[in-house]
Amino acid sequence: MMNIVVLLKQVPDTTEMKIDKEKGTLIRAGVPTITNPDDLAGLEAALQIKDRQGAKVTCVTMGPPQAESMLRELYALGADECVLISDGKFGGADTWATSNTLGAYLATIPYDLIIAGRQAIDGDTAQVGPQTAEKLNLPQITYVDEILSISEEKIRVRKALENRYEILESEMPCLITTLSSIAKPRYMHVREIMKAFDKPVTVITNEHLQLEQKDIGLKGSPTKVKKTFTKEVHKNSDVLTLEPKLAAAKILDVLLENQFIGK
Amino acid sequence: MNFELSKKQALSLKLFKEFSLNEVKPLAQEVDELERFPVETVEKMANIGMLGIPVPENYGGSGGDNLTYIMAVEELSKHCATTGVIVSAHTSLACAPLLAFGTEAQKEKYLLPLASGEKLGAFGLTEPNAGSDAAMQQTTAVKEGDFYRINGSKIFITNGGYADTFIIFAMTDKQKGTRGISAFIVEKGMEGFSIGKTEHKLGIKGSSTTELIFTDLMLPAENLLGQEGKGFGIAMKTLDGGRIGIAAQALGIAQGDLDEAIKYVKERKQFGKPLSAFQNSQFQIADLQTKIDAARLLTYRAAVLKDEGKPYSTEAAMAKLYASDISMESTRISLQLLGGYGYTREYPLERMFRDAKITEIYEGTSEVQKMVIAASLLK
Amino acid sequence: MNIQDYKDLYVFIEHEENKIHEASLELLGEARRLKEDRPSLNYQVVAVLLGEVSEDLLFELAARGADETVYLHHNKLNEYSTLHYTHLLHQMIEERKPDIFLIPATVLGRDLAPRLAARCDTGLTADATKLEFDPENPDSSLLYVTRPAFGGNLFGTIINETKRPQMTTIRPGVMDKMQRNPALTGKVSMQDVSLDGLKDPVSILEVLKKDHMAVDIAKADILISGGRGVGDRFDLLRECADMIGAEVAGSRAAVDEGRIEKDYQVGQTGKTVKPKVYIACGISGAVQHLAGMEKSDYIIAINKDPDAPIFQVANIGLVGNALEILPLLTKEIRNYRERPS
Repeated sequence: MMNIVVLLKQVPDTTEMKIDKEKGTLIRAGVPTITNPDDLAGLEAALQIKDRQGAKVTCVTMGPPQAESMLRELYALGADECVLISDGKFGGADTWATSNTLGAYLATIPYDLIIAGRQAIDGDTAQVGPQTAEKLNLPQITYVDEILSISEEKIRVRKALENRYEILESEMPCLITTLSSIAKPRYMHVREIMKAFDKPVTVITNEHLQLEQKDIGLKGSPTKVKKTFTKEVHKNSDVLTLEPKLAAAKILDVLLENQFIGK
Repeated sequence: MNFELSKKQALSLKLFKEFSLNEVKPLAQEVDELERFPVETVEKMANIGMLGIPVPENYGGSGGDNLTYIMAVEELSKHCATTGVIVSAHTSLACAPLLAFGTEAQKEKYLLPLASGEKLGAFGLTEPNAGSDAAMQQTTAVKEGDFYRINGSKIFITNGGYADTFIIFAMTDKQKGTRGISAFIVEKGMEGFSIGKTEHKLGIKGSSTTELIFTDLMLPAENLLGQEGKGFGIAMKTLDGGRIGIAAQALGIAQGDLDEAIKYVKERKQFGKPLSAFQNSQFQIADLQTKIDAARLLTYRAAVLKDEGKPYSTEAAMAKLYASDISMESTRISLQLLGGYGYTREYPLERMFRDAKITEIYEGTSEVQKMVIAASLLK
Repeated sequence: MNIQDYKDLYVFIEHEENKIHEASLELLGEARRLKEDRPSLNYQVVAVLLGEVSEDLLFELAARGADETVYLHHNKLNEYSTLHYTHLLHQMIEERKPDIFLIPATVLGRDLAPRLAARCDTGLTADATKLEFDPENPDSSLLYVTRPAFGGNLFGTIINETKRPQMTTIRPGVMDKMQRNPALTGKVSMQDVSLDGLKDPVSILEVLKKDHMAVDIAKADILISGGRGVGDRFDLLRECADMIGAEVAGSRAAVDEGRIEKDYQVGQTGKTVKPKVYIACGISGAVQHLAGMEKSDYIIAINKDPDAPIFQVANIGLVGNALEILPLLTKEIRNYRERPS
């Protein structure tokens, strides 16, 4: 039976975020959490493979203890097993340290295919997938928007580039990163919701992984955040009466200044 | 007294809200305007276990509780009362009596496909001459060997045009009055059973409300539900449960239109201010939400009593009586807050206004609910 | 890893059909700017190229700011391969020890950069929109990399103090190309590389063109939306939209009058959209329309009527005739894009 591992992240719903203008920070309180859309679509792709040809789908997430609530939802969607990698020592990790930790755990379980979403809507880096593939020495295919066929020997996918598609084939095992367009996530099933909270969630801490402090968490992160700030958005409008040519020029200025269009 | 939802209930509610918003809301206007039964929504709900929520898993259901089921009806009704009643009638009036009174063989044959959503159910008690006076059944069921010969008709049957399985009632012994009524399971397509005219209604226009016609239907005796002569009790007990469903439908309509009104008054400006700045709007909205919350608590209480296996008939009647009344009030006031726009099809208010009325009528009129409540207090 | 051993600004050159990707030219320009910003470092700008290209292309790199080009030559390397590129670039990094390595945040770049950074055991910052050398230490080559996160709601400035090279991917269209200077001649260090023993488990079977697919206005970053005020001149909106890279939408009035299909309607009975920019042309701003677009990040409104309610939700409003302003805007953008670089 094919083993598919899906990496998912619980993230704040960034479309609902508000900005604290005085502090220049995000107001995180009260922002609902969701399963990262690219990851959820990847899980749906895995579930479709399971429906079609049979597979065991294991969901793995690295996060704080509250990420368990997301895993319950994943059980209600049809995941076979859910794992939470959580330890205070893993906190503050950048993508390098995160991939180290994920890689260390994944190296201990069987898998044919690892699916990661292309990028998370909070970090927006798109780095964890490829970096985890590197740690595990796996071939990678990123930006996958369709899985054409899969067996224990090979996988064939469609990759979406800026101006074209490519059909690629890879030997297995391999890691792919998926776009949210790969599949429309299904709804939870009521019957599975009723069972979701009785299923076991495996919790993996550093006791299990035995990673050194220098390789995990904040200490293990080569990149550090020096500072953060928010963008000013004025909502009291300037209403200008200008000659058409000047009005057009003003609009162009606004578009360039705010980097809405590229240079 | 714990007012918090359990984790399962909370996660189910999340599902229902998402489903109603994304799948039900976009179709609501068309379902109403074209008087179209939303077959595709029924199929989607079947696929995620929403058509047998309180039925145990071994009978094809989702193994949830009645409170979870009621919340589903409420959430669906917030955007489309038609969709809400399709689920309510199917679950409370077809699945429930089979679960409570069916033999194992009947449950396997009829309940399993209903609860899994493979088939749709309906309940046929009302007749042209038997509305509130439900005991005046004129449909007859005459025992002939291994069959019952059924003759008569039913009207105003919800899901009539699309159901596969019907729980119907007929007189097996005219001499015995209410003790001469029996319950039966009838399948679509049986010879002698046909669907008559479809009603065109003021509201819940997408709901299929039809006549059922029995002309010498030879029904196998094994399709008797419960014992002969016990049908009236089965009907009354079933309607007790159905009332909670309709209360939830009314609740959904009320909350749905108030939500629309709240959104509108925050944006619409007249006399230099948003409507929400005027005390009239503020007080009306405050009043309505308070009453809707009260209706919600009555409805949830009845559902929880049912889940706990306690008597709930009076509480269910109170819930339906009050929630249907509040849905009328809420739709009237909310529409008024939207003024002229509320009267047009651009907003869902006018449809909700028309939908609300039926909640005071079917599955026992408000008057009948008062009879039930009074009887329990004054006996 | 001794940080002192690392020097110079390296730029990854993405190319296709013997043409340099615009994004790489922008990075060369940025690398040049950084070099000139801190002359005390005495850094060179080094372009890194894999594959097989013409001499003209190599000249172009120099004309665009490359002091040196490291040309890893192999005729099979024009086609991207994660395995080959990562291996060869890692090797190059080990040999040449670049302090800074800039890679465009294209689909290719975002496939390559994280893999390469992990191979080199260094940090990587994604999608930078601004780079500057450590402002607190005038002789430092530490890069302050600013980038958006949380869907653009927050900006972070990231540093990589302990590992080298400092790697970052940079968004296309953000940095400036250097003015072409054909007088500049850079050095080219060509190396014939071998792919022996590097069997790629991934292969490209087919390349397909992208059709123009039906547009979902809810997914567009920029919408130009027309109301009653633009009448039947949606062609002007389309022209402008094509020039900007935006999609066209309409109000209910426009849909009712048959100017645009219902799929593109924004509002109470249409779709709700939250683009980065919503340009409302000849739309008065009735409550029903606002309900569908007021959560847009930035709203630009054009309307003849200075009292139109749309101006109350707009970030900037222009009082005037959209039909006059739009063609001029299209022209402005075209001129800007085609300006001599």
